[in-house]
Amino acid sequence: MTRFAEKNTAITGVGMSDVSRGADKSALALTVDAALEAIADAGLTRADIDGIATWPGERADGSGFSPVGCAALQDALRLEVGWYGGGGEAPGQYGAVFNAIGAIAAGLCRNVLIFRTMYEATARKTAYANSLLREGQRQAGPFSWYAPYYTYAAALQQALFFNLYVHKSGIRPDQVGQIAVNQRRNAALNPKAIYKAPITIDDYLASPLIATPLRLYDCDVPIDGAAAIIVSRMDVARTLKNPPIRIGAIGSSMRYRNSWTQLAELDTQAQPKVAEMMWSRTDLKPADVDIAQLYDGFSFHTINWLENFGFCELHGAKYFIDGGHRIALDGDLPVNTGGGAMSGGRLHAYGAVHEACTQLWGRAGARQVQGDPQVCATSTSGGPLAGAMLLVRD
Amino acid sequence: MVARTLPVIDRDNEAYWTWGREGKLAIYRCAACEYFVHPPVPFCPRCESRDVAPQAVSGRGRVVTFTVNHKAWVPDLAAPYVLALVAIAEQDDVRIPCNIVECDPETVDFNMDVEVVFEPVEDLWVPLFRPVTA
Ligand SMILES: [Zn+2]
Repeated sequence: MTRFAEKNTAITGVGMSDVSRGADKSALALTVDAALEAIADAGLTRADIDGIATWPGERADGSGFSPVGCAALQDALRLEVGWYGGGGEAPGQYGAVFNAIGAIAAGLCRNVLIFRTMYEATARKTAYANSLLREGQRQAGPFSWYAPYYTYAAALQQALFFNLYVHKSGIRPDQVGQIAVNQRRNAALNPKAIYKAPITIDDYLASPLIATPLRLYDCDVPIDGAAAIIVSRMDVARTLKNPPIRIGAIGSSMRYRNSWTQLAELDTQAQPKVAEMMWSRTDLKPADVDIAQLYDGFSFHTINWLENFGFCELHGAKYFIDGGHRIALDGDLPVNTGGGAMSGGRLHAYGAVHEACTQLWGRAGARQVQGDPQVCATSTSGGPLAGAMLLVRD
Repeated sequence: MVARTLPVIDRDNEAYWTWGREGKLAIYRCAACEYFVHPPVPFCPRCESRDVAPQAVSGRGRVVTFTVNHKAWVPDLAAPYVLALVAIAEQDDVRIPCNIVECDPETVDFNMDVEVVFEPVEDLWVPLFRPVTA
């Protein structure tokens, strides 16, 4: 076995529930849909699943941010697992995958069901009008430093970082907007996407400012939905029905000040060291990547990842995305090929893994990238949270 | 304007949220090597001293970055307003989230010189910053 445990693991199946702006099913029912689809896709049964993981674990706060945890899904499916883990203090959303890799390496399990469920569309119609603050409650922890300043949503925190990036890089709004336009174009070809109507740069420029320089079309869309993946030990993966999608390298580092207020590098957030770590664990190079599913909680994150993964120079994304050709489905580096979270729905980095596998297995239908893509870079990010995975079809 | 959401007060953050009563901005500082430690914790990451305690700083700083919020996230929220990160004049890596007040939001800019003002809310004095005019 290689000294990098992730190389002994692979994604063997994926699943996704219906994704909507208001589900007619419970969050747990959506999760069961995604999980059963992923298990069947891998050619497994419930009895084969011996590990379960999610990020950030159940949050029973009514926000819909993480309404289903490991315990609820384990009981619903009556799984008998040797290992489970859900928790939010991890390298972004992919922390659940990295923990599963460790558990597989430790011999605790062989086939891990990993899921992410969101029920924010419904939550925001009722109790939560915004994502961070609930009025009348004093705040503890890292967010307490922002809470007194009307920081109602992640959009405000991220706009702080985005504005500094714009200031330093000189990127123009019509260049930033190419991310939204590209993803909407891709979403039109994705039956599961939320928003499919095409938008132009003029539409982007006319969309309302949320918090300068962040516009409505820079933001992901809250949804009800769930995505699931199966991560298997490599020797098991090679006996299953899909060609294994090897986890070629991961990035998970926390090497500098990494809090929401004291980030060492505000305009690149936690990404550079995470990308550096990922590339240090593989012989592959940015030029070997065929497609990229780059976190897009806000378009700014995608732009950041293009630079920090090394697809272009630092502050050079404005040239890379200008005109939108290079990031298009038929471009040099197709980006967020299913529409991403901004048009496809906020499955919070797990929609991106689902789309990565769909493309690498050649199942993407009308939006399938030509040329048989085999290597995909994926990432999570937001403030101090960042994680990265290089996925390679076996 | 809607009420500010307040922090839970603990031993380490109490000075920051209450010294405004005396018009002072309290930042933890190492007595051994003079490094400012923020968010407050009684340990110096530079020299490992435990002799770290709140000290009043000048209240001057610069706007490291900012955003003008335009969205009414809750009813009666008076937009636009400015959310900023301000670095204190004494040490650039101490960054304080805040609102920039007493000016037109559209006039706030990177590296703008600002000074602290306090807004009493319930039992706390919330540090805010305004442009230095003199
Ligand atoms: Zn010291």
